[in-house]
Amino acid sequence: MAVGKKDISCPPYVKGREIELEDLKEKKVTYVEDHPDIRYSFTAGQAISKFLKGLKEGKILGVKCNKCGRVMVPPREFCELCFKPINEWVELKDTGVVETFSISYIDPDARPLEEPEIVAVIAIDGASPHMGILHKLGEVDPEKVYIGMRVKAVWKPEEEREGAITDIKYWKPIEG
Amino acid sequence: MMVEKVKGIKYHKKQDVAIVGAGMTIFRRRLNETGKELSYYAVKQALEEAGLDISDIDMVVMGSAPDAFDGVHMKGEYLLDGAGASNKPYVRVFVGGGTGVFAPIAGYWHVASGLADVCLVVCEEKMSSSHPHPQSAFKYIWDPILDRPLKPNLIWIFALEMRRYMHVHNIKHEDIALVSVKNKANALDHPAAQLAAKITVEDVLNSEPMALPVRRLDVSPPSDGAAAIVMVAPHIARQLTDEPVWVTGVGWSLDTTWWTNRDLYFPRYVAEAAKMAYKMAHITDPRKEIDVAEPYDPFDYKELHHMEGLGLAKKGEAPILTREGVTARDGDLPVCPSGGLLGVGNPIAASLGVKVAEIYWQLAYRAGKRQVAKEVTTGVAQAWGDLMQVGTVVVLSNKR
Repeated sequence: MAVGKKDISCPPYVKGREIELEDLKEKKVTYVEDHPDIRYSFTAGQAISKFLKGLKEGKILGVKCNKCGRVMVPPREFCELCFKPINEWVELKDTGVVETFSISYIDPDARPLEEPEIVAVIAIDGASPHMGILHKLGEVDPEKVYIGMRVKAVWKPEEEREGAITDIKYWKPIEG
Repeated sequence: MMVEKVKGIKYHKKQDVAIVGAGMTIFRRRLNETGKELSYYAVKQALEEAGLDISDIDMVVMGSAPDAFDGVHMKGEYLLDGAGASNKPYVRVFVGGGTGVFAPIAGYWHVASGLADVCLVVCEEKMSSSHPHPQSAFKYIWDPILDRPLKPNLIWIFALEMRRYMHVHNIKHEDIALVSVKNKANALDHPAAQLAAKITVEDVLNSEPMALPVRRLDVSPPSDGAAAIVMVAPHIARQLTDEPVWVTGVGWSLDTTWWTNRDLYFPRYVAEAAKMAYKMAHITDPRKEIDVAEPYDPFDYKELHHMEGLGLAKKGEAPILTREGVTARDGDLPVCPSGGLLGVGNPIAASLGVKVAEIYWQLAYRAGKRQVAKEVTTGVAQAWGDLMQVGTVVVLSNKR
């Protein structure tokens, strides 16, 4: 191989001025504060609106693609693989299997939680393999959760449901 | 309408593409400089190494991750002057964490297509503007209807994926922690490093739980930083250096945001991206033909996951290679010799500086104390991002 600039180690230097915590405390850094307040109201769309309505009625709805045969949840208006419209809705069970899980000690802002929570991907019974949703587990010791554990949805009382993913409070192990 | 199906993709290009210079800033939790100033430092250094002036640059590509970090909703345009792009053809690209390797791919389009002979690629991230913690900005990448009501933290998806990966291949946390130990130690030789350290497997296993199985020392830090590379056509490369490093393959692929609908144990989108890049680079056996690799390592298990996606290890084999020292800097397949994101830091898009730029420096034999022990011809850099959905891959070689 040719020689050229082989003797240079890269990067030869690195620039940048680190801000130490001390600098912040002593207000040595010039900061300008801003708190943007941007509000949104998201439409749930054709398919997810129907899904949320189902949740309000205590049902988990999925869709079936008549081309590839996949039963999908959350439901969608079109099969993204076949790129065909969906025309078959199916009611799935409110039971499933823990695909994977985590015991979380932090909130959305990375602040510590007082009590850890168990989050999981739950593959829903009646849907195709590995078709899951993100949700939480409850009524179970974190130490006892395992992948493959069978679980059942714990619903909010009917009068408290509002057509939201949180109409399911959490999923609990199925005994036996 | 019926159209004749094209059998396989042919990769037409007007000209080959070489990298002739790279630069980066220090990576730190908080830097005093603005994103523009950081970009300027990185660009100046890349131009200096290439032996070029800003007037030699035809076009500029900027890579930067969510606008929410900087808090400016036209971040590409905002950063333009720092990137040296005043009154030049300029574009900002973004695929989440995959951006640091995607921006060089976009740079490659510019030169390979013949539109530009000299293209500057700059990546910047200023995560500290979002406070008290950049995690707050990550809240808004989740599905607003189905995920956000559950109050998710971004670490969740990694924890869920890591657990699935460990379960399917029966991998112990001890074996995954070795990646963090290796990369943080490698970073001791990197002048830009934020979290270089000699740590042990026990340190990782006993560190603070975040979202188990993920603990504090399994994770790379949020960082500020910038990096840049200069990509040129062959006739320019010849004038500048006797040892250009060639981009022999590029690949990228995205899956959907329906990440709970796939088995997370294997990153198929990374494998698809690698397949594309290897086909272009005429690589049929990556484990034998790749000499050095910089897979994306925002978490320790991710390095292993991505090695498998890149075909550098069989499924489930990456932890074994790590335990046997194959991926050490003096091993048979050095992986993350820079110190990676775990050791040098993780300013999302600016990880360009420890991925593509590091492979460039390794293949140009300019990595100094970080230079791998073995002789190197071909290397691969890869990044990952979005909601478990994007793989970006660049193959470099010092032989054309």
